[in-house]
Amino acid sequence: MTPKTPKAEKTGLSRRSLLKTGAAAGVASLFPAPMLWAQNIKDIKIVHAGQSYSTIPNIAEQANKDLGFTVEMQTLDQTTQTNRMLTQADTLDVVDLPNTSMKYFLGRDILMPLAVKDYKWWDKTVPLFTAGTYPSGEAYSMQGYAPIKAQYYTSEKADEYSLTPTEWLVGVPLYYNADTIGIRPDLIDRPITSWADLLSSEFTGKVALQDGVAIGVPDAAMALEAMGEVTYVDKGNMTKAEIDATIDKLIAYKKDGHFRSFWTTFEQSVQLMASGEVVLESMWAPAVTEVRTRGIECKYNGMKEGYRGWYIMMMGMGHLTGLQRDCAIEYMNWYNSGWVGAFISRQGFYNSVPDNVKPLMSENEYGYWYEGKPATADILNPFGKVMETAGAVRDGGALWDRMGNIGIWNSLMDEDRYLVRRWQDFIAA
Amino acid sequence: MKLSPKAVSLLQIAPMGIIFAAMVLVPLVIIFVVSFLDYDFAQVFPEIYLGSWKDVFTSQLTLNLYETTFKFVAIVWVVTFTLGFSIAYFLVFHVRSMQVRLMLLAAIAIPFWTSGPIRAVAWVPLLGREGLVNQALLGLGIVTEPVSWLMYSEFAILIAYIHLLTMPMVITISNSMMKVPRSIIQAAQDAGASEFQIIREIILPLARPGIAIGTIFVVTAVMGDFFIVKTMSGGQVNTATMAIVTELNAFQYPPAAAKSVLMLAIVLGLVAILLRFADIRKELTK
Repeated sequence: MTPKTPKAEKTGLSRRSLLKTGAAAGVASLFPAPMLWAQNIKDIKIVHAGQSYSTIPNIAEQANKDLGFTVEMQTLDQTTQTNRMLTQADTLDVVDLPNTSMKYFLGRDILMPLAVKDYKWWDKTVPLFTAGTYPSGEAYSMQGYAPIKAQYYTSEKADEYSLTPTEWLVGVPLYYNADTIGIRPDLIDRPITSWADLLSSEFTGKVALQDGVAIGVPDAAMALEAMGEVTYVDKGNMTKAEIDATIDKLIAYKKDGHFRSFWTTFEQSVQLMASGEVVLESMWAPAVTEVRTRGIECKYNGMKEGYRGWYIMMMGMGHLTGLQRDCAIEYMNWYNSGWVGAFISRQGFYNSVPDNVKPLMSENEYGYWYEGKPATADILNPFGKVMETAGAVRDGGALWDRMGNIGIWNSLMDEDRYLVRRWQDFIAA
Repeated sequence: MKLSPKAVSLLQIAPMGIIFAAMVLVPLVIIFVVSFLDYDFAQVFPEIYLGSWKDVFTSQLTLNLYETTFKFVAIVWVVTFTLGFSIAYFLVFHVRSMQVRLMLLAAIAIPFWTSGPIRAVAWVPLLGREGLVNQALLGLGIVTEPVSWLMYSEFAILIAYIHLLTMPMVITISNSMMKVPRSIIQAAQDAGASEFQIIREIILPLARPGIAIGTIFVVTAVMGDFFIVKTMSGGQVNTATMAIVTELNAFQYPPAAAKSVLMLAIVLGLVAILLRFADIRKELTK
């Protein structure tokens, strides 16, 4: 439950700057009103709902230490979170969501647009989000739900996305990563360099796909296109005919027994790979690391057709007003100010403001995770467990070697309705 | 003031009636209405759209889904009934001591002390490609390479269902069997009936209510499940309930609602047929 927000006092002074400095007491003699806010924010609670790796208790603990108000975290699965945001929006204050869920909320007055001027780190944010380009200025692939497709609103009304920069942000980008195929090199005697290998008959019965249309279908489309079996105009936003061609091909592969399994959860993907049930599968970076910490070889190198990119965005909820709204914005600024970014980078994700993260990681850590340098000492995860030992190099190399080569983004297609319907045929076949 | 007996009865059932109406009937009506509406991206529009129902009644998918679902129901029922009846018969008529009988009944429940998801994960070390069964088969020289159909297959789904649903069959059938008067069996024995004849002519008919209730349990559990289908097939098998869940996860409520209404009608029909074989009210008052 969210406590009632105390009515904000009307003044000409920026409240946020005061929340931040914590020098409210000193200023209080000059401006009696701020004292009220300093006391009021103590009673404010911000409920943050999000991913298993963005709502870790350690982060809430640090937030409550650094900020003058209370932060409560809730880890929700994507379906539950979306349903709660749609039906009980005022039970949540700040949310973070994968790019593929953004469209469900457009034009429904559920999310709060964020003014660029209220977000401190926009100038330092990587251009993937601010400009829709790589750091070189080169535009990236717009196949799938590319970051720039849902980053700016055309106006404060927040009912339409803008592909060019405006004064209104959809939210604060948190994490992003470049996904590829997870590989068991000990069970395959050649290098895997193309998405086509995912559907190669060499590996029949030893391949798994992520079970769903946001990730599994883009992975399969990368493979089908690489093999030349299906041609697409935009494989991240297929036409009905392209969906039919894709699903028909996949049904044929399924009937041949090509797929060992589909996976829904992180743990399932780890288990499939670690137990040797599969030798190639759609995979997430931390799952690869998890397999490796069990002493089993697992590679995650890039494919020549590029990586599958994704990101997580943080947003305030539309019901926020007054002081609570200010606190939510303050929290969003705090979240990307470095500490959390460093914490989550140690799981293998990239933060959208690397400049803030760098001072809070050791040179060894930043070198390993962001710069593609060999580890000079043990690499620990956020909880102190050894993930890699000295000498290890991150698969795919530095941030922009990986993130600078995106072939497709996770998708929510315009023809989602048709795609889900045909996906049912695929599972039933 | 004194209320008429009829008014008292009405008052007594009112709380249950109100809860039932509010929590069951009203949502059902809403589901039914939603199934006729148009939708897109987690939104339902107040416009009539018959596509969801057209798809339910005319697509090959519906046939495939129910074919798979009924195949599972039939196989699981045959196996759990055979196992359940045999085990119950042994417990009731061959185990003499009531204490031993209760202990054995309780022992059947031991695997259920762990949660469903853990049990689902635990199948992999047993049935997986590098699992115990495959190692045994390889070790005995029965197969030369691991068999893959043990796990992530329809076979794996059936194994998990049978493992889960044999217990309710045993319990409902043994409950009915315990009510069979021993005097009837003794009379039959005195008249020279064989054990098989006693089972067929006396125990089977008298255990019918237990069989029917166990059957209702098994049929509704299989029809309503998606978790076992998903985990044991590795998401590769689609059933009627699985399809509803997939659509709910894609926030496509109208087609999920249409499929749910159809599913409800089919399950209610099956239960109505099964209840003809057992008078539940009589069972409860006995």
